[in-house]
Amino acid sequence: MNKQINRLNGGLIDHDQSLSFKFDGKRFQGHPGDTLASALLANGVRLMGRSFKYHRPRGVLTSGSEEPNALVELRSSGRQEPNTRATVAELYDGLAANSQNRWPSLERDVLSINDLFSNFLTAGFYYKTFMWPKAFWEKLYEPIIRNAAGLGSITGEDDPDVYDKGFLHCDLLVIGAGPAGLMAALTAGRAGARVILADEDFVLGGRLNAESIEVGGVAASDWAAHALAELSAMDNVRVLPRTTVIGAFDHGIYGAVERIADHLPTPASGQPRQIMWRIYSKRALLCAGATERPIAFSNNDRPGIMLAGAMRAYANRWAVRAHEQVAVFTNNDDGHRTAADLIAKGVHVTAVIDTRADAPSVDGTELFAGAQVIGSKGRLGLNSVTIRTDKGFTREIICGGLAVSGGWNPNVHLTCHQRGRPKWDEDLAAFVPGDNLPVGMTVAGAAAGAMSTYGALRTGAEGAIAALSDLDIPAGVPELPEAEDSPVKLRPFWHVSEGKGRAWIDLQNDVTVKDVKLAHQENYVSVEHLKRYTTLGMATDQGKTSNMAGLAVMAELTGKSIPETGTTIFRPPYTPMAMGALAGRAVGKHFHPVRETPSHKWAIEQGAVFTEVGDWLRAQWFPKEGETHWRQSVDREVLQTRASVGVCDVTTLGKIDVQGADAAEFLNKIYANGFAKLAVGKVRYGLMLREDGIAYDDGTAARLAEDHFVVTTTTANAVLVYRRMEFARQCLWPDLDVQLISTTEAWAQYAVAGPNSRKLLEKIVDACFDLSNEAFPFMSCAEITICEGCRARLFRISFSGELAYEIAVPTRYGDAMIRALMEAGEEFDVVPYGTEALGVMRIEKGHAAGNELNGTTTALNLGMGRMVSKKKDCIGNIMSEREGLNQPDALRLVGFKPVDPGQQVVAGGHLMKADGPVDAAHDQGYVTSAAFSPVLQSSIGIGYLKDGAERTGEVLRLANPLEGTEVKVEVVSAHFVDPDGGRQRA
Amino acid sequence: MIIDHPLLGPRDAQEFVYLGDATLIDRPDWQAENAAEAFHDYLYLRDNPAGEHRELWYHEQGDRSWLVVTRNTLTHEITSVELARDVARARGRGR
Amino acid sequence: MRYSGFRVIKEALTGHKGWTPAWRDPEPKNEYDIVVVGGGGHGLATAYYLAKEFGHARIAVLEKGWIGGGNVGRNTTIIRSNYLLDGNEPFYEFSLKLWEGLEQDFNFNAMVSQRGILNLVHTDAQRDAARRRGNAMILNGSDAELLDTAGVRALYPFLNFSNARFPIKGGLLHRRGGTVRHDAVAWGYARGADQRGVDIIQNCEVTGFRIENGKILGVETSRGYIGAKKVGVAVAGSSSRVMEKAGMRLPIESHVLQAFVSEGLKPMIPGVITFGAGHFYCSQSDKGGLVFGGDIDMYNTYAQRGNLPVVEDVIESGVALIPALGRVRLLRGWGGVMDMSMDGSPFIDRTQVEGLYFNGGWCYGGFKATPASGWCFAHLLSTDRPHEVATAFRLDRFRSGRMIDEKGVGAQPNLH
Repeated sequence: MNKQINRLNGGLIDHDQSLSFKFDGKRFQGHPGDTLASALLANGVRLMGRSFKYHRPRGVLTSGSEEPNALVELRSSGRQEPNTRATVAELYDGLAANSQNRWPSLERDVLSINDLFSNFLTAGFYYKTFMWPKAFWEKLYEPIIRNAAGLGSITGEDDPDVYDKGFLHCDLLVIGAGPAGLMAALTAGRAGARVILADEDFVLGGRLNAESIEVGGVAASDWAAHALAELSAMDNVRVLPRTTVIGAFDHGIYGAVERIADHLPTPASGQPRQIMWRIYSKRALLCAGATERPIAFSNNDRPGIMLAGAMRAYANRWAVRAHEQVAVFTNNDDGHRTAADLIAKGVHVTAVIDTRADAPSVDGTELFAGAQVIGSKGRLGLNSVTIRTDKGFTREIICGGLAVSGGWNPNVHLTCHQRGRPKWDEDLAAFVPGDNLPVGMTVAGAAAGAMSTYGALRTGAEGAIAALSDLDIPAGVPELPEAEDSPVKLRPFWHVSEGKGRAWIDLQNDVTVKDVKLAHQENYVSVEHLKRYTTLGMATDQGKTSNMAGLAVMAELTGKSIPETGTTIFRPPYTPMAMGALAGRAVGKHFHPVRETPSHKWAIEQGAVFTEVGDWLRAQWFPKEGETHWRQSVDREVLQTRASVGVCDVTTLGKIDVQGADAAEFLNKIYANGFAKLAVGKVRYGLMLREDGIAYDDGTAARLAEDHFVVTTTTANAVLVYRRMEFARQCLWPDLDVQLISTTEAWAQYAVAGPNSRKLLEKIVDACFDLSNEAFPFMSCAEITICEGCRARLFRISFSGELAYEIAVPTRYGDAMIRALMEAGEEFDVVPYGTEALGVMRIEKGHAAGNELNGTTTALNLGMGRMVSKKKDCIGNIMSEREGLNQPDALRLVGFKPVDPGQQVVAGGHLMKADGPVDAAHDQGYVTSAAFSPVLQSSIGIGYLKDGAERTGEVLRLANPLEGTEVKVEVVSAHFVDPDGGRQRA
Repeated sequence: MIIDHPLLGPRDAQEFVYLGDATLIDRPDWQAENAAEAFHDYLYLRDNPAGEHRELWYHEQGDRSWLVVTRNTLTHEITSVELARDVARARGRGR
Repeated sequence: MRYSGFRVIKEALTGHKGWTPAWRDPEPKNEYDIVVVGGGGHGLATAYYLAKEFGHARIAVLEKGWIGGGNVGRNTTIIRSNYLLDGNEPFYEFSLKLWEGLEQDFNFNAMVSQRGILNLVHTDAQRDAARRRGNAMILNGSDAELLDTAGVRALYPFLNFSNARFPIKGGLLHRRGGTVRHDAVAWGYARGADQRGVDIIQNCEVTGFRIENGKILGVETSRGYIGAKKVGVAVAGSSSRVMEKAGMRLPIESHVLQAFVSEGLKPMIPGVITFGAGHFYCSQSDKGGLVFGGDIDMYNTYAQRGNLPVVEDVIESGVALIPALGRVRLLRGWGGVMDMSMDGSPFIDRTQVEGLYFNGGWCYGGFKATPASGWCFAHLLSTDRPHEVATAFRLDRFRSGRMIDEKGVGAQPNLH
């Protein structure tokens, strides 16, 4: 068992408890409060990853979510999580992680050979080569590149965890719980405002936990803990730890992801792994702090070289030293804090190298003012750095850790999510929030450039007061605790020019100062070109620690200032987030809701096979014992219906109740054919056009009373037709006296079809209603009662072409209805039929359905051109007259039969003349729907054929090169069965 | 986005379905001499402004009101929300 | 300078001192024969082909920002020729053929990778539609294969086959479809055009057109007036704003399309897949990021950013299709402004102003069209006649009733 050789005393970890974990199969010990990174450092592990391109050995750079280097594969099988930042992975007992992007091992990685060829693999080299021979790109070069690229891997197994989504509302959302955020939340919370305080960390307090300072006379971390305790006790404050606010969206809406169970081995039963919150805020205060930036120098990427603030945080919060001997390289006073804190913790600080000639003095170590680090040594971990002193001498400084500080960048990301641009602050040499913030957002603390602890506390309180004052919530000015208020002392210094090795800017994507110079040389000068050409800032850290240095180098090269050089655009999410959280529960079987028809339970009892029709599940056919192929079931259902009687659940068809004195006039405008004069008790087929004259939907409208219609739509268009009717009612003809309501789910509706359908219904419909052909002829409708008083509606309409009815009862009776129909039909050998038989019968009858109403066809194409009234104002009739839609050879809906009855008509095949080429130029049309007709004992189809109405009897080729078939078909009437319609009128 | 429904108060835009420019209310007279041209312009041509845009939203997962929302297409700021029926009447639409 | 493997080696050995700018930054001249407005993929391709294929000199491309900063710099990198309608498919097939030889043609490796595109089908009706489209593709000289469930599983074993709300019943595979390194397309065309004398002028915004007696004279820009015998506009999401300066109202609305990339992963998704039961399409870049997208945000906007509902909608579809994605992290989303036309198909046409030409309405399918769009626009600018594969892309097609409506949803741009 390894010893934690770098573990110090103190910190915010529980030294009394040990947690066991594995990295690359090797077992280590850590403590509660550790991250994977802090625990590895404590155990003397500096090498944690390999870089993307050159596979350079890399160690941890940061102590937070901006980490570019220390990425690992956490967990295994379906829970394997690639590219997990060790710096934010909370340690738990039994944690197992592996290094990634290396083979065979982290220490010995074969692809580190890339580094030897780095001079050939400069920025954008791949745009200039791999073009010859042409075929080699896809066959050779690209597969090699793809396999070498990528970072971590997933197993491809299903993620076993669940994710939730939730909605929160607040007066003030405080983003970040450092000194500014805590003070803001306290101020707003005490004022009684509804506050949400969210922070990505698992211990709230931000830098208060990483510093050795005092706030209000107590240790800063204690002050943070007290503040948190006060906030947690307030009913009006919701504290969300482990929660990253990922983006600022319109109108005060923020996305946030709360990691509920990522710090546990697995989520508890029923516990989501994460929750995606949509937060509706009246005001938001961004207190996201700042991110330290490194200084680039020759070989500045060795494990052990880390940000000064991170090294300090490891010592103060996690009680971990980076190494027994460390040095500091800085251009600002903050670097000196690291030296002081580490010395106080008993770490041997071998030197402080400060680029400023007038650097402040330090106690307990040697100061090199006006000096620079020009190189480093150590293959898999830092051994020493070489410096150039202000006098021009070189010195070798022994150190296994180097703390680097180039200053701090305010975390302005969320201020830019609505494309606001940050502005340049000369004193900080950094971008601070610009003037064009998302509406409702203000910024406080280091994120706003207030870098001292007191400045953060003060601006946090002020920000809260100002935000609440906008909302007319009075807030008292709190007494601010005493805290350090030191000014930022920094001289901008971005990279060391001298040195033999490469100076790394983007550590993950391996972008060097030289790469930026090459981009400049080749005129990829715009900051976006620089980024895209070199891949600077495009890694999983999105350049949080690297973009500034890239800009600075480019600014140097162009002679422009950094703000003139510009910034790239910050986009959500703030840090990478699991896609599972964005998907929530809408995955697997729950991707869409399931709509079940009223006969669903009964159909299951019958052993029905179901099919998806939009969100509906409909019975597709009802297999009987002994039937081994679906066609047997379907053929039987068709034949039995046509011979006697069949029943089908047609509830899914859209139903719209239209009422009012102007209901008829309204429908007359909605439908292309006339409706004004439809008599009460009658049903009419209706064709709806879009305003552009294209056929949209069809169905029936039944006039139950002078001022009452029931309209049906296709299943697919039920919602859309209703929406369009509301548009017409509210926006086009607002003064018509008409009301609409969708009743699709209010009525269970069954088609009862076949020569015995009347006899069957007579057994169910109460005797006072006469169903005889004379009393209730084809296209009649009535409100009736059945089964001794149950309310129902009866429509004599037919989709199958048989004598047929549709009967509707309130949905709650739907199950009873199907059972009653089947029972009453027993003596007629009634058969339930599914969507497949329904489809076969409508094709046999030549009725258009979804395949024919494909959104590009007109009434003319459908053979209903004459139905479109020119004598009234209705949607679509004007535009249907355009000449392009009325060509002499326009497509017409016709039927097709194979010349050889043994062959098959296939939907989606294209029609070609009997002789001549088979290509697009000679395309005559296409088959839309096809089926085997058990009545005709032949495959049949319907479809669109150029000038089809005039081509009956012509033999065509049905080309299906996709599946390598070509069938001779004869053009016939689309009405294969009972073309004169005698049956439905019987 | 949040749409402040004139009857129901603030609602997430996700409850609504978007149609397009509110000029779709101004459906031409079918009997006008230039009806074909007028319908073409009405149906197909758009100002598509970068800035203030009056547009139609439908509260499908709510009260099924059509609304005319005045929204800035550069900033997404919403400055007014009206019932489309009122707008239609004000623009002279009736029966 | 010609790029080659030898050149890369030579430069590596000599300190990379010899690399020259990929394109110059010239000052605009007073006058050009042809000014192309818009330095995106289509504008740059137009200039390239005008110079290379149609023999024109004195060409300028005017770009208000940085070249390649529009949708060619912000898309899901898919190329394909899998359209249904006669007005479209020959054009996209021409485009795909140009892609197939593009890198050698402009001497820039744009990583054209014909990894195959698979459109999944989940219902019988979708299969019928896929068959009709697949046949149309083949009849137009493209390629298509109809796969059954087993065929899909063989290619993409990690799709949701066991627990799907909408089971996968097959797919239409277009093997020649694939992906391209999108930025490189803009750069390759820019470099090729520049080498042929085209002036590429960045940070030069066109603020107006100078038109006299119905004839174009030139353009007003943020860098002064520039005379031109002919002006071609290819500004995608800004189409309405720019053409309004010439007094035109277009059959176009501007909408935002969001797209996304995940963190880098070792190879997982070999080609491009599109879900048929939700709006989601996905491929994996050579760097390892999963690149995916879905629907537009649905409302008119120029704001180049989207909102959460569509993000969630896209990713719900993604994880529903590929359950393993739940563990993958979303790295970045972005939004680009699309010039959504009234039938979902584009325009390459003259305008009522003599000498002013318009190219736009590409909706969110403009990237794959880049080579053919450039070629056909160059053809039109050069000869005043539409190229034979682009004859249907007329601005007056709505007046005559000759819409090219692939999705069959009518005159509502956000549905295309």
